[in-house]
Amino acid sequence: MLRLSLGAKFTLGTIVAMALAFMYIPLFLVVINSFSAARLSSWPIAEFSTIWWEKAFVSEPIRAALLNSVIVGLGATVIALILGTLVAFALQRYTFFGKQTVNLLVVLPIALPGIVTGVALNNTYNQVLEPIGIEVGYFGMIIAHGTFCIVMVFNNVLARLRRINPSIEEASRDLGATPLQTFRLVTFPQFRSAFVAGAILAFALSFDEVVVTIFTAPPGVDTLPLWIMNQMARPNEASLVNVVATVVILASFIPVWVSQRLARGADERE
Amino acid sequence: MNRRAQLSALLALPMLWLIGIYIFSLVMLLVTAFWVTDPFTSKVKPGFTLRNFEQIIANPAYATTSLRTLGIALAVTVLSILISVPLGIFMAKVASPKLRAILAVAITLPLWAGYLVKILAMRITFTEEGFFNSMLGPLGISGPGFSIVTVVLTLTYLWLPYMAVPVYTAIRQLPPNLFDASSDLGAGAGFTIRTVVLPLIKPAIIAGSIFTFSLSLGDYIAAKFVGGSTQMIGSIIASNINLNPPIAAAFSLVPIAFVVIYLLSVQRTGALERM
Repeated sequence: MLRLSLGAKFTLGTIVAMALAFMYIPLFLVVINSFSAARLSSWPIAEFSTIWWEKAFVSEPIRAALLNSVIVGLGATVIALILGTLVAFALQRYTFFGKQTVNLLVVLPIALPGIVTGVALNNTYNQVLEPIGIEVGYFGMIIAHGTFCIVMVFNNVLARLRRINPSIEEASRDLGATPLQTFRLVTFPQFRSAFVAGAILAFALSFDEVVVTIFTAPPGVDTLPLWIMNQMARPNEASLVNVVATVVILASFIPVWVSQRLARGADERE
Repeated sequence: MNRRAQLSALLALPMLWLIGIYIFSLVMLLVTAFWVTDPFTSKVKPGFTLRNFEQIIANPAYATTSLRTLGIALAVTVLSILISVPLGIFMAKVASPKLRAILAVAITLPLWAGYLVKILAMRITFTEEGFFNSMLGPLGISGPGFSIVTVVLTLTYLWLPYMAVPVYTAIRQLPPNLFDASSDLGAGAGFTIRTVVLPLIKPAIIAGSIFTFSLSLGDYIAAKFVGGSTQMIGSIIASNINLNPPIAAAFSLVPIAFVVIYLLSVQRTGALERM
C-alpha cells in the first residue's frame, strides 16, 4: 500500500474537492441562473422566476435551432453508422497493406483541430464547388458532421467485433444459412449494442459541435449550439441562454447513462 | 466472391468519402494557401504566390498570436496534469471503493455536458458581478475577469477529463506490490510518487496531453467569450475566412504543424504505441 500521512491524505482530499468544485459549481450556476428573474446572469440572484423557462418553451428560433440540430445529428449518425461499420469490418476481418493508414484516416477528422476541418470544408464548398455551380447548402453541414462522427461508430463496433467468437458464424454457414442470413441472424445481434452505443455517441458529438458548424452552416441556419453562441455574443437576454443550457446539461447525461448501461449489459452477458 | 473483392466492397464507400471529401479538402486548403486574392473584389483566384506566407512571417502579430496560443496550450496541459495526478492517486489509493465509483462517474460526466454550455458556465462564474468576485471579493481577492488566465482555466475545464480518465486508469492498474516494495525499502509517499508512480504513468500522461494540447491549440471560442481581448490562432483564421481565404488557409497550417511536431516529439518516447 501507498502509506500516506494524514496530512498528505488531507492535502489530496482538498485538491480533489477543489477539482470537483471547479467542475460542478459553474454548471450549477447555469442551472440556478436559468431561474433568475434578471435579464443578465449575476450572483447572488436577487429574485427567482420561471419567466425565462416560459419564454424558452414558446421561442420560435429555439425550436428551429433544435430541429436543425436533430436533423443534422440524425443525418450525420446515419452516415457514421454506414461508413463506420464498413471500415470496422474491413479492419477486423482482413489483413491488407495500408491498414494503419485507413485507421489514421478515420481518426484524422477528430484528431485535427476543429477549425482546420471547418476551414478546409468551407474552402472546398466556397472556392471549389461553388465556382463550378454546386451549392451544398444544408447538406454541407451534414457531410461535415458525418465525417468526424465516423470514428465514434468505428471504435465501438471494432472493439465489439474483436470479441466475437468467429466459430458461431462458421456454425451458421455450415448449417446452410446464406451469408445474408448469417449476418442478419448471427453477426448483427452480437454487435447490435455496440452499434447503438456508437450511434448515440455520434449523435451526441454532432449535437454538441460548434466550430466545424460555424464554417459549414449555410447563412441564416442555426443549430442549437450556434443559437447559444449567437445569443452569448448579444448578451441582452442572457437568462434565456441559461434555460437552453440547463436543458442541454440534463439531456447530455442521458447518452452517457444509456451507453454505460449498454456497455455494462454486454459485459454481464459474457 | 474472393477476399480481395470483399475487402474492396467494404472499403470503397468509406474511402471514397474520407479521401474524396476530407483529404481532398485538406489538400485544397494547402493549395489555396498559394492562391491570390484580388484586393478590390476580394475574389480568390487560382495562381501561385508565396505572398500569403510572407505576410504571415512578416507580420509580428501573427507570430505573437502563434506563440501565445502555444503558451496557452502548454499551460492547459500542465494544469491538467497537476490536477489529474493527485486526483488519480486519491481515487485509486485513498478513496473507498464506493467513493471511487462515485468519483469515476463524477469526472466523466462533465465530458458530455456541452462545450458551449461549459464556456457559458465559466463566463457566468468569472463575469464582473459573477460568483467568483462575489464570493472572494470580501477576502480582498478579485478574479481574473475575462483575460488570458480565464482562457487557460476554461480550456482546462473543457479538456480535463481527457487527462484525468487515462491518468486514473493507469494509476489503478499499477500493481500494489510495487508500493509495498517501495515502502519496505524505506521510501516515503512523496518519494514513491516521484520515483515509482510518475515514471510508470508517463505514457498515460502523454496520451492525455495529446488531447489537452491539440484541442486547446485549435480553440478560439473560449478566447472569444472569456478571453477579453485575447486572440488565438483560431481567432485570426476565423476573422480571415471570408475576407481573405488564402491567408486563413496559410495560417491554418500553423496549428497543423504544431500538432504534428508535438506528435512526433512524443512518438520518440514510445508513448503512442502504448496508447
